[in-house]
Amino acid sequence: MTKPLVRVNTDYALLREEDLDTTPVLETRHLGIQFGGLKAVDDVNITVGRTEIAGLIGPNGAGKTTVFNLLTKVYAPTNGSIFLNRVDINGYTPEQANKAGIARTFQNIRLFSQMSVLDNVMVGLHNEIKYSFAGSLFRAPSFFNSEKIAVERALELLSIFGMESEAYTKASSLPYGAQRRLEIVRALATNPCLLLLDEPAAGMNPSETAELMENIRGIRDTFKIAILLIEHDMNLVMGVCDGIGVLNFGKLIAKGSPDDIKNNPDVIEAYLGKQKEE
Amino acid sequence: MNTNKKAISSIGCSRKSNTITYIMLIVLFALFQTLASTKNLSRSTSGQLVPICVYVTAAIALNLVVGFSGELSLGHAGFLSIGAFSGVVFFHLFRGIGNETVQLVLCMICAGLLSGLFGFLIGIPVLRLRGDYLAIVTLAFGEIIKNVMNCVYLGYDSAGWHFGFSKSLTLESGGVTVLNGPMGVTGNSKVSSFAVGFVLVLFAFTLIINLINSKTGRAIMAIRDNRIAAESIGLSATKYKMIAFVTSAFLTGMAGALYVMNFASIAPSKFNFNTSILILVFVVMGGMGNLRGSMIAAIILTVLPEKLRAVGDYRMLIYAVLLIAMMLTTQSAKGKIFLGKLAELFRKIAKKDRNGKGAEKV
Amino acid sequence: MTFLIYLINGISLGSVYAIIALGYTMVYGIAKMLNFAHGDIIMVGGYISYFAACSFGLPPIAAVFVAIIGCTVLGILIERLAYRPLREAQSLAVLITAIGVSYFLQNGALQLWTSNPKVYNSLVTLQPVSLFNGQLVISGETIMTIAVCIVIMVVLTLLIKHTKLGKAMRAVSEDKGAAQLMGINVNFTISMTFAIGSALAAVAGVLLCSAYPTLTPTTGSMPGIKAFTAAVFGGIGSIPGAFLGGILLGIIEKLSQAYISTQLSDAIVFAVLIIVLSVRPTGLLGKAQREKV
Repeated sequence: MTKPLVRVNTDYALLREEDLDTTPVLETRHLGIQFGGLKAVDDVNITVGRTEIAGLIGPNGAGKTTVFNLLTKVYAPTNGSIFLNRVDINGYTPEQANKAGIARTFQNIRLFSQMSVLDNVMVGLHNEIKYSFAGSLFRAPSFFNSEKIAVERALELLSIFGMESEAYTKASSLPYGAQRRLEIVRALATNPCLLLLDEPAAGMNPSETAELMENIRGIRDTFKIAILLIEHDMNLVMGVCDGIGVLNFGKLIAKGSPDDIKNNPDVIEAYLGKQKEE
Repeated sequence: MNTNKKAISSIGCSRKSNTITYIMLIVLFALFQTLASTKNLSRSTSGQLVPICVYVTAAIALNLVVGFSGELSLGHAGFLSIGAFSGVVFFHLFRGIGNETVQLVLCMICAGLLSGLFGFLIGIPVLRLRGDYLAIVTLAFGEIIKNVMNCVYLGYDSAGWHFGFSKSLTLESGGVTVLNGPMGVTGNSKVSSFAVGFVLVLFAFTLIINLINSKTGRAIMAIRDNRIAAESIGLSATKYKMIAFVTSAFLTGMAGALYVMNFASIAPSKFNFNTSILILVFVVMGGMGNLRGSMIAAIILTVLPEKLRAVGDYRMLIYAVLLIAMMLTTQSAKGKIFLGKLAELFRKIAKKDRNGKGAEKV
Repeated sequence: MTFLIYLINGISLGSVYAIIALGYTMVYGIAKMLNFAHGDIIMVGGYISYFAACSFGLPPIAAVFVAIIGCTVLGILIERLAYRPLREAQSLAVLITAIGVSYFLQNGALQLWTSNPKVYNSLVTLQPVSLFNGQLVISGETIMTIAVCIVIMVVLTLLIKHTKLGKAMRAVSEDKGAAQLMGINVNFTISMTFAIGSALAAVAGVLLCSAYPTLTPTTGSMPGIKAFTAAVFGGIGSIPGAFLGGILLGIIEKLSQAYISTQLSDAIVFAVLIIVLSVRPTGLLGKAQREKV
């Protein structure tokens, strides 16, 4: 990384500059959703600080991805509310949630598979590129200028993971790990203040995971954003997260620092089952 | 920074491929124009020149919806119909202009805009639906247009314009019936020319590639590839599907206006389900998302049935068999393997050929 | 009283649509393809029964039977030759192939039997029923059509729910790959689906031609499109949906012909479809599928 990529978001919400450091990026209150009779997520209260790396863990089927889907408005919550920079985003559509500053990756990779790596990132930059529809049809000078800036920025973002050389590869022909990284780059391109990573290390080997941990910290430091991640790899979660929340059967059963979580009896029970008392 | 240079230079389009298409179009135009002016073209083929331009335009316009936006439309004949019949009306409205070509171009633009407006209106219910449900609604839309056009009577006389719905008009002597219900347009002035058709094709092609190679086009393709991911990065799926749909309707409407002005009479039933399918066949044959392919398919498949007239009554039967055979060879697993082998064989022959020549030199 | 007559006519026409739509919906639900040639199989069924009854003088039941056999064989043959090689291809390629088959059947019929309409003598021997002192006469065709439609609907539901083949069909419909791994012969199951669909088309052909006795090579195409609409209307893939959609479509068509405009009846039918789908995007009885994120 030669050039710094710092572009701190200050234009979200109605915050004064001096409040930025102290207000949480994300706060959920009594968040819940019910599918039929099943409470998939129930009364979840989490807070993510401005440049915090937070983790959401829990056994399979605990409702972690559902929380992500609620935050990004793929599902509408049946209970509770979500505040992003103190603004209630309850009535937002997924694209409005993104414009408000939430970007995400997906557990089952969702790239634009027919498009090139560069174009995947360029789509992420869509709302940053300023030229009109008519401008693009008639190829106005503003079109070429904006496109040039966007291409440079896309390549710069790809360079976080050293992927510039693959800019013209079709996204679907990238190896699995690279596809996960590309999803992160695409999400970053939308200039978020909160990045949600859904199992970013799934399918990666230990050395790739270690590299990913470095990348996650690097992204937080350069972009000054908050990151909330779901992960099964405990080394990654314990190594990189400032705070951790544990979900089980849709309920938040514990939250705290990595050390608190490691020693929490409820968490151990959720993962390993109840120990017989002898 | 090699990638960087390459990236900057490729802004706006993949130039090489588009240049080839432009050259192909210009060469074809020059060829047919020369053949036509030197009377070397059979009457049936020269009569096909304007319809070819119409079908080429309609095919690339539909490709924008089917190939790039990823939604199946089975009702594009409806837009041809709107373009055609409103085109005739506009032509009569602009009758004071004097220059027929200017009049034609103006009426094509107006017909295209009206068709685009209809595209927007029909897009509101249509684009909320997914997959096959969307396809059936576009089919329904095409049928509705055909049915309604069958009932529309429009004409003018010295007292002004008269409109009748499922009842014919009684006009003063000297009045002109423009739309005549199930008879459609009769006694139309044939002002379409191959040159105007060629310009329309160039215009449509340029418009579509400029759209595709812009942020709007990227958004359209991103939504096609993965709607949920596209929404997660701040794109409104409905908005961009609508842009593709309306642009397509606009161009198809223009083509419709050109089409109708090539014939003395045309009935609304001409623009039926089979016409929608015909255009769709061009798109699928030429390859989805492949504009040049759509054009070539439209040209070949418009000329082919005419050439098959030699075999008389069996024409459509052979067309059907060819259609199935082409789909089976290009799309089935076995067919693809066969085509792959065939391509390899050709490469080998070509290589041998080249080696042979090389040897001679030594 | 006139309203009642139109209503009964509508239900009768709707029953024909329903029978065709059942075939559409089964093929769609299980093979996941829009078989646009389905309408033309109706036409073939009509011609076979016509020649069986008129040229060979077979009794009506036998003529119907011959038509069913003929169409079933034709359906299996089409699936084997044209659709099976494209099982893994994109759905649009299969759609175009189906349209090719449709053209083939129409133009084949045109060559074999010319475009001159054949006057079809009704194969239904049921006597008309007269009600309210003869104010309301229900034709034998109407009664037969409605009865046959209900029987088919019940039999199909039982077949799907309670037989081994039905279970295989449901499994293939959910997931072809998984079904294959469970030892289900996917090709056979799909062939059987086409066989049943085509047999239904033959029955529909006989009933349609008995009620509307002009038979041409394009007889099947408009009822085919209407039945497809009916299947979507009711929720494609759903058997009760196809039944409901067919009946409603028939009623709407007949009532709008009677009270609004003959020319516009098709437009009204399609407009109602658009309105219904705007409100219920997966049809009346279709299941909304939530995409897994």
